Amino acid sequence: MTDISEATARGPDIRDAYLAQMRAKRVMNMILLIIFVALLIAGFRTADGRNAGGFWNGLPNILDFPADVIGEAVERAHLMPGYLVEYFPSLIETINIAAASTLLGGIFGLVMSLLTTRGLAPVTWLVGPLRRVLDILRAIPEIVIALILIYLLGGGPVPAMIAIALHTVGALGKLFSEVNENASLKPVEGLASVGANWTQRMWLGVVPQVAPNYLSYALLRFEINIRASAILGFVGAGGIGYDLRNTMSWGQGKFDEAAAIFVLLFLTIVVVDQLSSALRNRLTHGARISEAHP
Amino acid sequence: MTGATLQQSAIRNFARKRIMAFAMPGVIAAYFIYIFVAFDIAGLSERVNVNNAATLVSDVYSYKTHVTQDNRDGTVEIAIEGERKGAYPQGTGPDWVTFAEQTVIDLGGGHVVTFGDRVTYDVPGYGTISAQPGAGGVNATFPPGAMPDYIRTSKNRLMVVTDAGRFTVTRNRTEVFKYTLGWELFFFTLDSPYHGMGPAALVSAAFSGEAGAIWNDFWTNRMWRHSEVAWAIVETILMAFLGTFGAAIIALPLGFLAAKNFTPLGGLRFAARRVFDFLRGVDGLIWTIILSRAFGPGPLTGALAILLTDTGSFGKMFSEALENVDEKQIEGVASTGAKPLQRYRFGVIPQITPVLLSQILYYFESNTRSATIIGAITGGGIGLFLTQAIITQKDWEEVTYYIVLIVLMVMAMDTLSGWLRRKLIKSDEGGH
Repeated sequence: MTDISEATARGPDIRDAYLAQMRAKRVMNMILLIIFVALLIAGFRTADGRNAGGFWNGLPNILDFPADVIGEAVERAHLMPGYLVEYFPSLIETINIAAASTLLGGIFGLVMSLLTTRGLAPVTWLVGPLRRVLDILRAIPEIVIALILIYLLGGGPVPAMIAIALHTVGALGKLFSEVNENASLKPVEGLASVGANWTQRMWLGVVPQVAPNYLSYALLRFEINIRASAILGFVGAGGIGYDLRNTMSWGQGKFDEAAAIFVLLFLTIVVVDQLSSALRNRLTHGARISEAHP
Repeated sequence: MTGATLQQSAIRNFARKRIMAFAMPGVIAAYFIYIFVAFDIAGLSERVNVNNAATLVSDVYSYKTHVTQDNRDGTVEIAIEGERKGAYPQGTGPDWVTFAEQTVIDLGGGHVVTFGDRVTYDVPGYGTISAQPGAGGVNATFPPGAMPDYIRTSKNRLMVVTDAGRFTVTRNRTEVFKYTLGWELFFFTLDSPYHGMGPAALVSAAFSGEAGAIWNDFWTNRMWRHSEVAWAIVETILMAFLGTFGAAIIALPLGFLAAKNFTPLGGLRFAARRVFDFLRGVDGLIWTIILSRAFGPGPLTGALAILLTDTGSFGKMFSEALENVDEKQIEGVASTGAKPLQRYRFGVIPQITPVLLSQILYYFESNTRSATIIGAITGGGIGLFLTQAIITQKDWEEVTYYIVLIVLMVMAMDTLSGWLRRKLIKSDEGGH
């Protein structure tokens, strides 16, 4: 009783305190917003100043190059099917680089994820160091490894494949290990009780539980890796990116071939995006059905 | 009856799973065999450039000092990595070179090279190799016995490669390379008075009022260009910052347009979604090429390329997040008589901010990496430095330095974005 009357007596104090707190918070948010906007403007001005051509000077020219490319492509539209066929093998190479590196990265990422999940890892003291290895693999941009490997192995798809695969191990290893953490340990214990070794426990106890999530992440990675493989081609690692750089360097009059490559690349990315998002939807959707009917 | 059908379906399931268990690895193995052939991995061993690999590895942890004698006039020049920037002033050199009547170079471990009209190289366990370069060739003489395979000689050229270094004589020049552990002149170049000073001496010099000068000499180091590298890192982060947050600002209103529950007009929604698909589909690579034609190389081009691609990704994600908002909160705000704009501000925004912020911050981190790659293509930021250093094919210690910086930068951004995510999302949970 006394407590309540005391609380009522303190009512205005609490309200004042609350309002003051809200005001302080609003002021804080305002200050943060101002700092953010100031950073954005200052950043833009710095970037503009350090760029070779300024933003406002370049803005009117932004459509010149696309116009050239489209113009030439339309002018020589009858050659387009031929170009599409001509560059199709390079496109296959780019897709193969992405697919092989996703597969390799997925397989090694799977092993790494099992070694870095607490509760599943066979060697507990290795969990920390291996996680750092994954962090470093993720932090190094593919282009760095690719350029060094091109120096050592010469151009071609192999440097790109290795570079993307290494990055993929880092990325998928982390995501997979997050998935593993949610896996039920009951099957693992059951398998252990019948004397299964670590590999058997993992392969039969953990992987079937998490396979749909693994696949969904691997598909997403495949989308990302197709883009990466095109970019690495541009710095000399084979595939359609390499052809794109060559056709670009021939300059005006040859842009119709570049246009063909743009079209191929665009279509590939869109098709793979759509396919993978449909598949991923089915994977997660399917998982939900099996959860509902155990 | 049901038991029988259940059993049958279970058996069918098992059979299917058994086939899958063998077929999946089989398909993967077949694909790898195809890749093995298509990428010509068998021929890789012939293409591997072992010399390049050896240079790369030794360059990463050591550097070489060139000591060169012009055989015609006898002048001696000493330069680190043979670069003008690393040249010692005439008549000075590292402590393993003694200048007397003749220049004597002690390569360590008993290997001694003496310059002069007649150059000699004492190889421990073998003897003294000498040469008298002149118009008639290098006139090399060797100790009696079989010639070891680390010596290559012809009329006009003598080359000895030992663990201690490399000794080359031609008619016009005598050159000695000595390898030393570490990265050369990382802190101070030779023209700085602080070169060769120990850390203790430096600290005491800094306290006696030379801190500014010391910093200046380090910062303007011509060999490693620390200030330019620092700027390049800033440029790279700037690209990621402007690109990511610019994209978020543009994508937010477009996300409302593409969300079913906010835009009843089907046509408008369809158009907004196709714009997102188009922005995402025309990959960052193509945007970079198009933009660099208009704006030239630099950080702004990279920022705009990131901005365009990510506007597509953000738009798609934001519209999905908006379609999942809880209508009750909006109704609650509306019941107090709020106008549409206030309804968005207090009914919708607080619900989606945590989701959006966490996605934006995640992209910010990943875009630091993309900015490095885009910088390598357009020519801006640390990516440009990296490609330049790799293309020259000799400054591998600089490549290593840049890689270390890039890894540290990405990890720092990862930590920062994680910290901000926790901080902002937690403080936003209380509503506005």
